[in-house]
Amino acid sequence: MNSRIACIASNTFREAVRDRVLYNLIAFALLLSGAAILVGQISIDIEKLVVINLGLTAVSLFGVVIAIFIGIGLVSKEIEKRTLYTVLSRPVRRWEFIVGKFFGLAGTLVVNAFFMAIGVFAALLYVAHRFEKPDAWVLVALYFIILQFLMICSLALLFSSFSSPLLSAVFAFSLFVIGTFSEDLRNFAAMATGFTKWLTTAVAYLVPNFSALNVIGSVAHGQPVSASLIFYNTVYALMYSTMALCGGILIFQRRNLK
Amino acid sequence: MYAIEILGLEKTYSVGFWRMKPKVALKPLHLNVEEGEIFGFLGPNGAGKTTTLKMLMGLVFPSGGSARILGMDINDPAIKAQIGFLPEQPYFYDYLTAQELLEYYGRLSGVVDKYLPKRVENVLARVGLPDVAGVQLRKFSKGMLQRVGIAQAILHDPKIVFFDEPMSGLDPMGRREVRDLMQQLKKEGKTVFFSTHILSDAEALCDRVAVIHLGELRAVGAVAELTSSVHGKIEIVWEGSVVPAALKGMGAEYVVTGDTARAVLPEESQDLAIDALRREKLRLVSIVPVRTTLEQYFVEKLKRSEHSAGGGA
Repeated sequence: MNSRIACIASNTFREAVRDRVLYNLIAFALLLSGAAILVGQISIDIEKLVVINLGLTAVSLFGVVIAIFIGIGLVSKEIEKRTLYTVLSRPVRRWEFIVGKFFGLAGTLVVNAFFMAIGVFAALLYVAHRFEKPDAWVLVALYFIILQFLMICSLALLFSSFSSPLLSAVFAFSLFVIGTFSEDLRNFAAMATGFTKWLTTAVAYLVPNFSALNVIGSVAHGQPVSASLIFYNTVYALMYSTMALCGGILIFQRRNLK
Repeated sequence: MYAIEILGLEKTYSVGFWRMKPKVALKPLHLNVEEGEIFGFLGPNGAGKTTTLKMLMGLVFPSGGSARILGMDINDPAIKAQIGFLPEQPYFYDYLTAQELLEYYGRLSGVVDKYLPKRVENVLARVGLPDVAGVQLRKFSKGMLQRVGIAQAILHDPKIVFFDEPMSGLDPMGRREVRDLMQQLKKEGKTVFFSTHILSDAEALCDRVAVIHLGELRAVGAVAELTSSVHGKIEIVWEGSVVPAALKGMGAEYVVTGDTARAVLPEESQDLAIDALRREKLRLVSIVPVRTTLEQYFVEKLKRSEHSAGGGA
């Protein structure tokens, strides 16, 4: 990574930390410890299932909310507040600014997810008293959640490069919801005919396929995740994020900062 | 080689939502700035000053024309290491301290890490903020932020500094300090290009100025050249409250304050005016040429250009 990108990324991370974004970890810790204690008392034999399901879903939702709410303002806020003027009047290329912002936000989310993952494993240890081999698949589920974050970050940045924070939030949330049900959309496309089939297939492939990245249910049951799925999901998420980021860069390169 | 060479730079925006209409922000502008001079870019609000600066900084893309800074095209990112820019009413990341902000900008400008702390310390001292390096910018006043803005513009020792309304938000003392700083930059061989609508600042500082109005360049030259183009007058002061009738007949603008009277009249009436005072046995105090201020020149120039624009319409 070149030094300017690293510099912008670290400043983005610092902004998130100083704006107390990581305080969400307190809410997460309270939620998870409360759930672990409650589950330990009321469920029989399904404590792990409940803790993994609840814990990973919370990691995903907290991260998505942060990714969208920070991501949508990353570019538009800098334009609105004119902080961008003193950055782009230096030897910083516009694409470096976007990529730096992306890495800064992605870094924030990874750090956030890391601390949450510690919380999930602590809760797991609390209810099961020991770790078992299938618990390692929780790490794969966490990895997939991080891939989701990368895709959402890049989409939020894409929207932020041309629209207002409010519209960007609407677009990003809509895509997240549609993407979560993209498997159903693909099934519907397979059953449809004519123009509807063409349209739904196009939409199904255009929206991010978050359902393929959601293995929370299966790892909660101790089921393994195939190596091929890990590989394909990695390639898919990286390609999707890169394309969304390139789209954002192309728009931003042509934008007049009035 | 010119420090700044503007070759027909122009900007037209499309305004409106449904039926987009073109709005000319800057008509083709041709302007050269010599190396080492302090150049003032004058004009009322909305004249096109900030648009020009933003195009030079690569923040807004021109609709036509081009520009070179130190011989390099403005689209070449390498030139950005040689320039410093203070935007109008700057806003900075307020979660950072002054030290952190300047270190951030220093790194983006390519200043080597090991020199940064010393550089930041020196530049903060230079803009009069030596004791607030560790204070978050959200606690800074408007004037302090303006000083930080100036600090970030000169931090990386650029050859050309662009200031957009640098005196805005500063108290008289602060304005004086910025003036001194600009003169110091000139002594160091740097070129200073600054936009302002405060004409006394331009008059006190600039080697040359350009006047822009309604997106069009109206005049370029040294302040003395521009102001001398307006016909000279004299101010004559005498003791007493009597104004000789002959003086009134010359079309003098006069005012009597206490025991002193003064009149402003055309230079060629000077001898006749002195004779009139002698006849009335009034004691002459002084005769001084009335120098046209840049402000007077500016107002007259803009009035004339508005008339001609109105006449043409």
